[in-house]
Amino acid sequence: MTPVQPPAEHVHWLFATGVLLLGLCLLAEVFVGSEVWTRRAWRAYLWPGLAFALGVLMWPVMTFYTNSTIHMLAHGAWAELMMFAGAVELARVRGKLHSSAWSLAMAAAFLGSGVAFLVHEQNAWLFMRSAFLHHVLGWTLVAASVFPIARAVRPRSSVAATGFALTFVVLAVILYCDRDVAPVFGHISPLAGAPHR
Amino acid sequence: MNAELVSELELPRHRTARARFITALGPLTALAGAIWAIVQPYRITLLHPHGQGFWWLFVEPPLLVIAVGLFFYFAIVPGLLEDMGDARATSR
Repeated sequence: MTPVQPPAEHVHWLFATGVLLLGLCLLAEVFVGSEVWTRRAWRAYLWPGLAFALGVLMWPVMTFYTNSTIHMLAHGAWAELMMFAGAVELARVRGKLHSSAWSLAMAAAFLGSGVAFLVHEQNAWLFMRSAFLHHVLGWTLVAASVFPIARAVRPRSSVAATGFALTFVVLAVILYCDRDVAPVFGHISPLAGAPHR
Repeated sequence: MNAELVSELELPRHRTARARFITALGPLTALAGAIWAIVQPYRITLLHPHGQGFWWLFVEPPLLVIAVGLFFYFAIVPGLLEDMGDARATSR
């Protein structure tokens, strides 16, 4: 059977590219302030739109790349949460939602994404590099959910906003490190297959 | 009178530091991608394209990082700096 194209690691790298751009935009917003950032409509919609688009793009990943029920359910729930959080942020930019408590939608997306990573990665940490990175991604997202929660409680906190933005940069770095079959710290299970470049 | 002059001088300097950071963000990202390409040249499939398929030639992580840095610098930063200047002018 011909494997699905592009290979899974390429999908991780393409997602990393979107996530990195998202992180840079959020960092820029922290430094210039939301007032300046939202002076142009396209800029105001950029990061919520990107977040929503990443959620939409998770559906083809669920359809074509999942190879077990738990894998498929995790990606499906993940896609829904990302779209929900993106939609909430779009509505906030549009002025339809006002309460800062809506930041909790992004916290739910972080937590849901983290749990999805942890649940669908059924191999141990040192099985191979992708297993290790899925565990790291999962726990990073679970820990980083504190930032959107802090933004809900203290919307003007620059620490919360900076932490939130840097989370995306860190996620991008981890996603770029992902490989299908490669050793991690010199370990690779003989069950993982032959490592390639 | 002296205190007034000091406050007038400090505010723009503070804002300039922000503008410098924003301006540096894209090139620093691109630089990180370039350093990555030098440290791990095997991640650049274009350097040894023989026998590689479309996706291996199209998706090259260090080049993607450089592309994101350049996109941010050329597409997002100019308008942002302009708006920072406008905001400063209107707040005076």
